[in-house]
Amino acid sequence: MVVKIIMVILYLGVVGYLGFLGYKNTKTTKDYLIGGRKIHPAVMALSYGATFISTSAIIGFGGTAGVFGFSLLWLTFLNIFLGVFIAFVVFGKRTRKMGHNMEAHTFPEFLGKRYNSKFIQKFAGVVIFLFMPVYTAAVMIGASKFIEGSLNIDYNVALFFFAAIVAAYVFFGGLKGVMYSDAFQGTIMFIGMSILVIAIYSKLGGITAAHQKLTDLFSNPAIADQIKGLQGGGFQGWTALPALFSKYWWIVVSSIVMGVGIGVLAQPQLAVRFMTVKSDRELNRAIPIGGMFILMMTGVAFLVGAMSNVLFFQESGQIAVVAAKGTDGIMSLFLNNFMPEWFVSVFLVVLLAAGMSTISSQLHAVGTAVGRDLFNTEGKTEKKAMLITRLGVLIAIIFTVFLAYWLPTVWDGAIAISTGLFFGLCGAAFLPMYFAALFSKKISKVAAISGMLSGFSASMLWMMFFHSKESTVLKVCELIFGKPMLVADGVLQFVDPIFIALTLSILVTVIVAAATKSKFEDKHIEACFNGIGK
Amino acid sequence: MLGISDLSISLAYILCIASALLCLIYGIIMWNKGGGDAEEIEMAEEAKWQEKENIIDGKL
Repeated sequence: MVVKIIMVILYLGVVGYLGFLGYKNTKTTKDYLIGGRKIHPAVMALSYGATFISTSAIIGFGGTAGVFGFSLLWLTFLNIFLGVFIAFVVFGKRTRKMGHNMEAHTFPEFLGKRYNSKFIQKFAGVVIFLFMPVYTAAVMIGASKFIEGSLNIDYNVALFFFAAIVAAYVFFGGLKGVMYSDAFQGTIMFIGMSILVIAIYSKLGGITAAHQKLTDLFSNPAIADQIKGLQGGGFQGWTALPALFSKYWWIVVSSIVMGVGIGVLAQPQLAVRFMTVKSDRELNRAIPIGGMFILMMTGVAFLVGAMSNVLFFQESGQIAVVAAKGTDGIMSLFLNNFMPEWFVSVFLVVLLAAGMSTISSQLHAVGTAVGRDLFNTEGKTEKKAMLITRLGVLIAIIFTVFLAYWLPTVWDGAIAISTGLFFGLCGAAFLPMYFAALFSKKISKVAAISGMLSGFSASMLWMMFFHSKESTVLKVCELIFGKPMLVADGVLQFVDPIFIALTLSILVTVIVAAATKSKFEDKHIEACFNGIGK
Repeated sequence: MLGISDLSISLAYILCIASALLCLIYGIIMWNKGGGDAEEIEMAEEAKWQEKENIIDGKL
């Protein structure tokens, strides 16, 4: 206990010092520019990684892998291939150039300027302001659950403790986006996860042997009773995909793999990072480190979450989800039961790092959405602009803490659900128009707006009336139709909103684009695409 | 394969490592590309962009 507290204080001290150092050294524009060009790409990539991978991915999705097993590795593959490789090579380079051409500083501003539409900018700003806290809450729940388990304190106390640290961090410099403290956090995460993967494979006798034990566990008669319920949903073991088109298959494929794996491409806090990069060379150099980093984060979390079943069974005869009484507690219980205490202390710091680096950038996105996209603070006095932005961030923090307090009481697996919800919503509303903005000179404003609105409304409607996970909590369907979801038979209630909404918004964008003519002046298009596609 | 019962899962396992390697190889090959001759112009462009970014950041 004492070791853990000392570790946490030490860590917070280093992060605070690095933040102060970075802040002090980058005062003028010139300092920032030259410093930026000299920054080692490893620092840059680690800072990307630390922002993208959060406690949500490690604790929430790691726990989810305790139930769905290795099938989640498809998500890791998409995270690396789409989330890093395609995102940087295909989206990143164009976003960077076009963002600079148009002088865009936020994701909503990027879309708004490209389509010459204040409406798009404000709409995207509202979506971020209202829904980003859901994702931020997921990250907060992950960290607090872990603090609860490792320090043996009440969840609400842990939540308060963590929220207070994060709020202080964000207000005193976290928003400056200092790369060095992000990179330090990324390094800690990398080391922690490396130790974890070596530990679990050696505990279980090597790679193939460990996988074989997990495969064999499924057919062990001793757990037959425990997995009966899971099997009803299509579960076929931890090293197999759920049965095709079964309930679990839809959850794994549509919510987790598609929702998070594809939704990542239209994440506002990710897209905006591309614009802050100095040149394509920095993007090129960030790719290898980013790819390896994601592999070590989500890849290891999913492997460990799944294989923890074998260790839990050996110890208590129970599978992970039974032993931890739900998915969100699996990783925490696993670490506390099977890893030495010093490692749990290290991991506590890893998770604080993962949570803080992500939350600070999420709140940064909310702050800019309020200060720049919703209320145009340009031209207003410095004081007034700061007040509006800070007020926006403050409201977001309060809303986030409320969600982090309330959501775990209504959802098991709240972390994975709320992350998927935000990723899915962003993917459905913004991905087609974002893609078209980068690659089509002919798309019309009408087509972009139709795609965005259809994706957003389809997502919302599906959540309110069809997808049981959200509809039972939102209660809109209950209120209007007197039942928790419209279609309770069959698998429709497990089909994720992104599956329906993204398909629809792609179709709408394409059809309307074909039917309408772009009214943008050639000059505007040329200015946007200046230096692109040479 | 690899002690995994389902072929599609073994495939995912391998693809994870393969795509991380792809990132690694791409980065090594492209390490010095993309800085280019346009550096001067880009510097000016960035300075302008960065100035605005600093103002916005300052407000935060």
